[in-house]
Amino acid sequence: MLTQLEGSMAVARAVAACRPHVICAYPISPQTHIVEGLSAIVKSGELPGCEYVNVESEFAAMSVAIGASAAGARSYTATASQGLLFMVEAVYNASGLGLPIVMTVANRAIGAPINIWNDHTDAMSQRDSGWIQLYAETNQEAADLHVQAFKIAEELSLPVMVCMDGFILTHAVEQVDVPEVDQVAQFLPPFEPRQVLDPDHPVSIGAMVGPEAFTEVRYLAHERQMQALDVIPRVAEEFRAVFDRDSGGLVRGYRLEDAETVVIALGSVLGTIKDVIDERRERGEKIGALGITSFRPFPLDAVREALGTAKRFVCLEKAFSVGIGGIVASHVRMAMSASPIANYTIVAGLGGRPILKSSLHAAFDQAVADELPALTFLDLDHGLVDRELARTRAGRRSGPAAENILRDLGAVRAGSR
Amino acid sequence: MSSSTASPSAAESLEVTSTSAVTVHGPSTVPDAGYHMGVVPEVVHDTPAATPVKFYQVGSFAVGNRLLPVSERSVQSDPKRFNSLTSGHRACQGCGEALGARYALDAAMRAADGQLVAVNATGCLEVFSTPYPETSWRVAWLHSLFGNAPAVASGVAAAYKALGRDEIRVVAQGGDGGTVDIGFGCLSGMFERNDDVLYICYDNEAYMNTGVQRSGATPPAARTATTQAVGADPGNVFGQGKDLPRIAMAHEIPYVATATVADLHDLEAKVTRAMSMRGARYIHVMVPCPLGWGTASCDTIKIARLATQSGLWPVFEAEYGEVVASTPIRRQVPVEEYLKGQKRFAHLFNPVRRDEVIDRLQAQADRNIRRYGLLPEAASPTLPPIAEEANA
Repeated sequence: MLTQLEGSMAVARAVAACRPHVICAYPISPQTHIVEGLSAIVKSGELPGCEYVNVESEFAAMSVAIGASAAGARSYTATASQGLLFMVEAVYNASGLGLPIVMTVANRAIGAPINIWNDHTDAMSQRDSGWIQLYAETNQEAADLHVQAFKIAEELSLPVMVCMDGFILTHAVEQVDVPEVDQVAQFLPPFEPRQVLDPDHPVSIGAMVGPEAFTEVRYLAHERQMQALDVIPRVAEEFRAVFDRDSGGLVRGYRLEDAETVVIALGSVLGTIKDVIDERRERGEKIGALGITSFRPFPLDAVREALGTAKRFVCLEKAFSVGIGGIVASHVRMAMSASPIANYTIVAGLGGRPILKSSLHAAFDQAVADELPALTFLDLDHGLVDRELARTRAGRRSGPAAENILRDLGAVRAGSR
Repeated sequence: MSSSTASPSAAESLEVTSTSAVTVHGPSTVPDAGYHMGVVPEVVHDTPAATPVKFYQVGSFAVGNRLLPVSERSVQSDPKRFNSLTSGHRACQGCGEALGARYALDAAMRAADGQLVAVNATGCLEVFSTPYPETSWRVAWLHSLFGNAPAVASGVAAAYKALGRDEIRVVAQGGDGGTVDIGFGCLSGMFERNDDVLYICYDNEAYMNTGVQRSGATPPAARTATTQAVGADPGNVFGQGKDLPRIAMAHEIPYVATATVADLHDLEAKVTRAMSMRGARYIHVMVPCPLGWGTASCDTIKIARLATQSGLWPVFEAEYGEVVASTPIRRQVPVEEYLKGQKRFAHLFNPVRRDEVIDRLQAQADRNIRRYGLLPEAASPTLPPIAEEANA
């Protein structure tokens, strides 16, 4: 049933519909309304057979999920930003142990400078953590992906991270067809763990593995992600059969037919990109978009196929690898390594900076003319940057960069220099 | 027990079968309870001794199984014990932790009727017990990370609660580094929520697994790889200490106890007591490390005993934040006697004797004696020594 509600609440209800046994979360650093919503659902008695554990840190949140999952419970947590980094050791541990935990990452920036707004730096930092990473474009997809995530995770015995843009999706109120319990029950079978702590059949989980077998164990982690390339689209099909709507899958194209220029992105910014593409298509430009839903595993074949005969691609990324540039772009270049095409990386939306249609039009104008620099920071204030660079050249003790820039902006008046 | 009905030795008693005089005790899940060896026939004496027999071992120290009634014998005396941590592991000779863990886990297994899951922090115990592809654990066992064992255990407990499997009990265990340092936040969270977990810390007073580095539980003056016996003040600094049993008590959890491998029967009893309760419980066990402490492998128990008899290691129980029992010192020794036997304290005696350091350590022991009423004459006003009650 279509309901007008906040993205976080849609996710909370979708997760509850999956009947998790253990939900654990740390409230800040930062958190979303998802766990508040789930807390209310559990506390009210609406979700019997579910334990909600208020933990003392994100590290503990993932650790509780690890213990619960190993004991055979369907386990869920949510985090974002600094919280994700705080739990990283346990994030890797969960995937290494092969525990099918589902976690929402409400994508936000990573400090310093401290910043609470949206970009993808948090989740991108975990691209090698062994988790499956799915990125939601809309709140509808965010809700749906959680239902699919449990199925994918439990089938493969791998944890799944559902990434949804912080604020842009989590705090946006719009219509969502929230997956209902009876529908989910048709779609998602009960959790049957591959490995479980069972006193009647005791096993040791988490043994030390040396050079004699470590490579093989790690290879199997890769192998299971390769299996996910088949499982993810199949689960999306099964989802469609029950829920009668498209959500999930590996990639999703938009107006790709005869496209010479393909804009590639993850998450909610695809909405803005599609509007821009519509406007440019109206002018007769052969341009389309490719949304990547599954960033891990990265669907090399599906991306190559989607790019078809395109002459160039533009990756619009909400994160970048400092010291080299685009993250998604390097993946797409790998997909196209047999027949390379011109490509550009646009880093945009960092720390919540709005991604404006006008800015995208200007950048795409350059891209289709093959005049865009290989790496572009959208709407970068070169004046501000140059002033700070000049300061660092002028003297040794140039002071804290972020505060200098804020003062230059006039946002901070109480400077000492 | 009279000599005419001397109990068979452990190996011999494997042949003993149940008789009407035998009280079978132990895990009810064992199908053939008659073939059971903590079960030695109890003989009812026609002519009791003129004066009540009081065995030395009945007091504070010894296992003394053969001299005890069946109900008081140690879990380890039972050949049908679970062997939760079975033989073949790679602990060093004389390892206090391996000894303590075996007694603790088997006692917990008996108390839980075998329905137990153990969560282990990274550390010696984890490494020596599970070198791929082998495991010494005969209990369902999970190792995740160094600093998260309490939280992982909370998760396991939450899972069984959610799944309606309340009969499955959860024990978490770690060394002092995993407990008082890197796992401290998770442990405090587990206490604060009163999660249904028994956490056992095997304290060997440093990071032994990685080569004897200082932990928050390393005593002052001790030499470790990161507090070397060099310079003007050799060894570990005199900090404020990190008395985790008392920190645990400050959480007012149902049960906190200390123990040592010098009194394994006491350790078993405390585990059994802890397992009879629900909620967050904590047992802190001193487990000397021959490698890290510089002691002979054969002296592990002796050193642990000297720790208790000097007062440096108070042995007590607390419920809901209040001390309810303490084990009196039987024969007090100066701390020097405890320190002297350990190479990690050798610099206190050679090349020059450091009286001021030894005195400060003695003062710590004296404070423990006062605080926990470990000697009759030092009885604290609120806590009468247990010895008097027991002997009354």
